Amino acid sequence: MAQSPSSLALASQTSSEVLIEFSGVHMSFAEGEILRGVSFSAQRKETLVLLGETGSGKTLTLKLAAGLLHPDSGTVDVLGERVSRMSERELLGLRRKMGFVFQEGALFDSLTVGENVAYRLREDHENEEEIESRVREILEFIELGDTMGLLPSELSGGMRRRVSIARAVVNRPPILLYDSPTAGLDPITSQTITTLILRLRDVYGVTALLATQRLQDGFALANFHFDSATRRVRRDSAREKSGAAATRFLVLRDGKIYFQGSPEELLAANDPYLQRFLI
Amino acid sequence: MADTPLQVTEPQASSPETPSVVEVLVDAAKNNVLKVQDYSKLSFRSLTNLFTPPRYMQDTLMQMDDIGVGSLPIVLLSGFFIGAVLVLQTGAQFERFGQTMLTGDVVSIALVRELGPTITGLLVAGRCSSGMASELGSMLVTEQVDAMRAMGTDPSRKLVSPRVLATLITLPLLTTISVFVGLAGGMVASVFSLRLDATTFWERAIAILEFSDLMQGFTKSIVFGFILATVGCYQGLNVRGGTQGVGRATTQAVVASSVMIIVADTFLTKIALFLADKVF
Repeated sequence: MAQSPSSLALASQTSSEVLIEFSGVHMSFAEGEILRGVSFSAQRKETLVLLGETGSGKTLTLKLAAGLLHPDSGTVDVLGERVSRMSERELLGLRRKMGFVFQEGALFDSLTVGENVAYRLREDHENEEEIESRVREILEFIELGDTMGLLPSELSGGMRRRVSIARAVVNRPPILLYDSPTAGLDPITSQTITTLILRLRDVYGVTALLATQRLQDGFALANFHFDSATRRVRRDSAREKSGAAATRFLVLRDGKIYFQGSPEELLAANDPYLQRFLI
Repeated sequence: MADTPLQVTEPQASSPETPSVVEVLVDAAKNNVLKVQDYSKLSFRSLTNLFTPPRYMQDTLMQMDDIGVGSLPIVLLSGFFIGAVLVLQTGAQFERFGQTMLTGDVVSIALVRELGPTITGLLVAGRCSSGMASELGSMLVTEQVDAMRAMGTDPSRKLVSPRVLATLITLPLLTTISVFVGLAGGMVASVFSLRLDATTFWERAIAILEFSDLMQGFTKSIVFGFILATVGCYQGLNVRGGTQGVGRATTQAVVASSVMIIVADTFLTKIALFLADKVF
C-alpha cells in the first residue's frame, strides 16, 4: 500500500543533528589542487547551496560526500560514518541512504523511465507490487506519470532531470545531493525543477547539498515553501521563515570556502566577488 | 581578489620545468605497471564476485544471448569455410603422396586443437570485446557508472561479472559449433575436390581425436573467453576523453584482446602438449 507523502516525511527526527560534515578536505588532480582545506557541515533538514564558478569544486564536493571519490587529506562524515575512510564495499551500503542527482541526469539509457526509477527498489529485492505502486507514486509526484514506458532518449532535458530526481528519492533517502540540476535549462523548466526540489524538502524533509551556478535557485529555496494543504508554492512570511527548513549559502573560490552564511548575509555582504553573483 | 571586474581567477604563473627523458620513461613504465595492476584486480574481482551475492542472472542470460546467439552467424560462416579451405590446402599436398585419406585426420586435429578456439576467439573478440568496451565506455562518460555506484551497486558485479560469465559459458559452445561446422565444410570440400568418401572423412576425423585434443581446445576457448571479456570491460571502464576516448577504447579492446589471445595460444599449446605427454 502506498504511503501518503506526508507520512513519508522524516518529521519526527530532530533537526539539530549534523548529517554531513567536511573537515579540512584537500583534493588534487593532475591540473592542480581543487579543494584546499574545505570545512563545513549540514544539519538535518538543512539545504546547503554550493555556489561557485565552473571548476571551483562543487561537483567534486558532492562526489566526496557520496564517497565516489576519496579526499587526499581531511575527513568527510555522512550520517555519522567516516566516508573518507570507508572501503568501496562499505560505501555501497551507505550510498543507499543518499540520493544523487547528476548534472545531465545520468539515466540508464537502455532502461525505460519506470525501470530507471524502480532500479534501486529492484536492487533491494522489494516485491513487484510494491515497486509498481512506489514508482507510480513518485512519477505522479514529479508530474510525469504518463512517461513510465518511455526511454530517456524520448524525454526532454527537463523531464530527464525530473526523472533523475525521482530515481534518487524513490527509496526515501534522508540525504539528497543535487549537481547543478537546473544547468542548461530554460527559465521555466528550471523553475519547475526548483519547485520540485522545494517540494521534496518540505514534504519529505530531506537534507540536501545543492551545487549550482544560479543564485536564484538558492533564493527560491530560501524564500518559498511548499504548502501541502493547498499543494501550492508560497512565499514565506517572516513568521513562517523562523520555522522553515534552513537554507544556507556556501561559496567556493580557489578551492576554499569564500563565504558561508544565510541568504540575508549574502545579500548584505559588501564583497566585490560576491556582488558578481548577485548581478 | 581579482583586479578587474572581468578577471575571475588570478593569472597562474606558467611552470617552465621540462621533465627529463628518464622521468618520462619512468612515468610511462609506472603507468603501464598500474594498468596491468588495475586489469588484474578487475579480472580477479570479476571471478570472485561469482561466488558471493548479489548475482545478476538476468543480466548474464541477456549477455549470453547477445554474445552466443548474436555471434552464431559469423561463427557458422567462418567455421564452414575455414574447414573447407584447410582441406583444399592440405589435400593438395597429400595428393602428391597419394594419402588424401589423411586429410580428415589433419583437418580434425587442426580445428579441435587450434583453429576452432583461436578463430572463434578472435571473431568473438572483434565483435563482443569491442561491444563491451564501447557500451561500458559510453556508460562511463555519461556518468551512468557513477550513478550506479551512487545507488549502491557495484559496477564490477552488475556490468563486468555477467559479461565474463556469459563469455566463459558461450565461447566453448561457439567453438564446439565452429569445429563441427568446420568439419562439415572440410567434408564437403574433400568430397567435391579430393573425391573422398564422406563416411571415411568423418570416421577418420573422429577416430584421430584423443581426450587431450578435446581438453586442449576446451581450455583454450575458456581462456580466450576470459581474455576477451575482461579486456573489453577493462578498456570500457577506463575510458578517458569523452566520445573520442570511447572510440579509442573500442579499438584498443579489439587489438589488445586479439594479441593476448594469440600470445596465450602459444603458451597454452606448449603447456597442453607437455601435459598430453605426461598426464593423458
